[in-house]
Amino acid sequence: MGVAIEVDDLSKSFGKQLIWGDVTLTVPPGEICVMLGPSGTGKSVFLKTLIGLLKPDKGSIVIEGTDIATCSEKELYEIRKLFGVLFQDGAMFGSMNLYDNVAFPLREHTRKSESEIRDIVMEKMDLVGLLGAEDKLPGEISGGMRKRAGLARALVLDPEIVLFDEPDSGLDPVRTAFLNQLIVDLNAQIDATFLIVTHDINTARTVPDNIGLLYHRHLAMFGPREMLLSSEEPVVRQFLNAQRVGPIGMSEEKDADELEAEKDQELPPLPPIPLQLDPSNGIPRRSQRPAGEWCRENGVTPPPGSFESANADVAAGV
Amino acid sequence: MASLTATRALAPIGTAGKLFAFGLDVGRNLFRRPFQTREFLQQAWFIASVTIIPTALVAIPFGAVIALQVGGLIKQFGAQSFTGSAAVLAVVREAGPIATSLLIAGAGGSAIAADLGARKIREELDAMMVLGIDPIQRLVVPRVLACMLVSVFLNGLVSVVGVAGGYVFNVVLQDGTPGAYLASFTALAQLPDLWQGMAKALVFGLIAAIVASYKGMNAAGGPKGVGDAVNESVVITFMLLFVVNFVMSAIYFQLVPPKTG
Repeated sequence: MGVAIEVDDLSKSFGKQLIWGDVTLTVPPGEICVMLGPSGTGKSVFLKTLIGLLKPDKGSIVIEGTDIATCSEKELYEIRKLFGVLFQDGAMFGSMNLYDNVAFPLREHTRKSESEIRDIVMEKMDLVGLLGAEDKLPGEISGGMRKRAGLARALVLDPEIVLFDEPDSGLDPVRTAFLNQLIVDLNAQIDATFLIVTHDINTARTVPDNIGLLYHRHLAMFGPREMLLSSEEPVVRQFLNAQRVGPIGMSEEKDADELEAEKDQELPPLPPIPLQLDPSNGIPRRSQRPAGEWCRENGVTPPPGSFESANADVAAGV
Repeated sequence: MASLTATRALAPIGTAGKLFAFGLDVGRNLFRRPFQTREFLQQAWFIASVTIIPTALVAIPFGAVIALQVGGLIKQFGAQSFTGSAAVLAVVREAGPIATSLLIAGAGGSAIAADLGARKIREELDAMMVLGIDPIQRLVVPRVLACMLVSVFLNGLVSVVGVAGGYVFNVVLQDGTPGAYLASFTALAQLPDLWQGMAKALVFGLIAAIVASYKGMNAAGGPKGVGDAVNESVVITFMLLFVVNFVMSAIYFQLVPPKTG
């Protein structure tokens, strides 16, 4: 079972520039969360702060009673053993082949014999569909394969928390779909807490249990998937439906004139909420909630046609 | 405004402080087990392989130039019998460590900075930290030790090749006598000269590796950042090494009085 990440009042700035401030959220244990945000809003910075690679200016990040923001170096290295992180480009060690890359954490942190290591590595390689590519060097394989290899390495120590930094950047739609399915299946299998940082709305609409949106140097909203997908809040609505009308402009936010010009423009209707991606064996994940439950409980009428298909179906560019 | 000026003025001190703190980190990790023997041997081999040939090629003209300068000067004094001694003194005390430092910084240090810089921007170092492994202990310590070891050996190489080059130049081109050249070796030179040359090389290797690792590990801004890091590391190492060389020479002359013929 995964562990929760409790983020309280977190702020981070580089020099004088505030990246984001007052971020407060709890990533529930065992659930899949997606952190969304326009390019350049510090999503990756957020992820790196969560694993203690960057120190926040203020606030706390509590994992199993340890505050990552203030704990000692030693505690940090200890708590990081709970984490598996998939970096943007896989971050494979260029001097080792894929097998040694995946075996690396096992060799460093466990006293397992080489044959035990072999079994575990092969199991993880099989999981991400890379059997037969063990002897390749990271420079010799495609970006998608590097990502999957990075995922295998992130999973090898049976992490309680798995962080994904843009798992879908640079992948074609088919591979993205496979990777999303893999993420859901993995969550069903290992019950770890998943946090995905991305700006792919297709992923955001169908994969997670919860969605968070970083915008304009703060956390605009964080909550269950259906809450955000049915939200009328302009920023959330614009971003999750990939529309031009709304407060987000080409560079950062729109100025008053532009907003004024758009004032009378009618917002396109919210597209239907798609079904959540099921694990491929059809058995719902432990943290998965029935479709439409949140809407019913909170008296929100989902847009017409919701929960009928798993097709994310965003009317792009409306 | 005042604070801004102060920040700017103090920035170099901050950088120096960070470099020093990094050095202390390395020192602390030196004793952390498990020691990375494999990485150490690989790095030592790698640094040696990129520096040996250039060092030997640099040492020959270095020895020759010294023989030329000293040979001419000493003839004017009428003390040709001390040519060998003067050449040994110059090569072992100064030229050896200096040539070593140039090569260690230029070839070894730039390779270390480029390697760590590339790992940094590919997020390999982040990945390593996230996997619960300290890159300083895993990558930097073996490199620093390897660099120190190799620079001591290189110093020996420069000394031998430089003295041999001086011998050839003096005997073949300046009509010196082989006997006089060899016999005067111990007239002015003494054993501590050799020790201080090795001590210098050891310290130069340490500084070169720490500066290169620091710059590499703090590379930022994509491939260009790696290039900048390599460039800066070589320039900073050169400056530091020449200053340290001066200081160490000055201390040496205080500690060990010159031999009086």
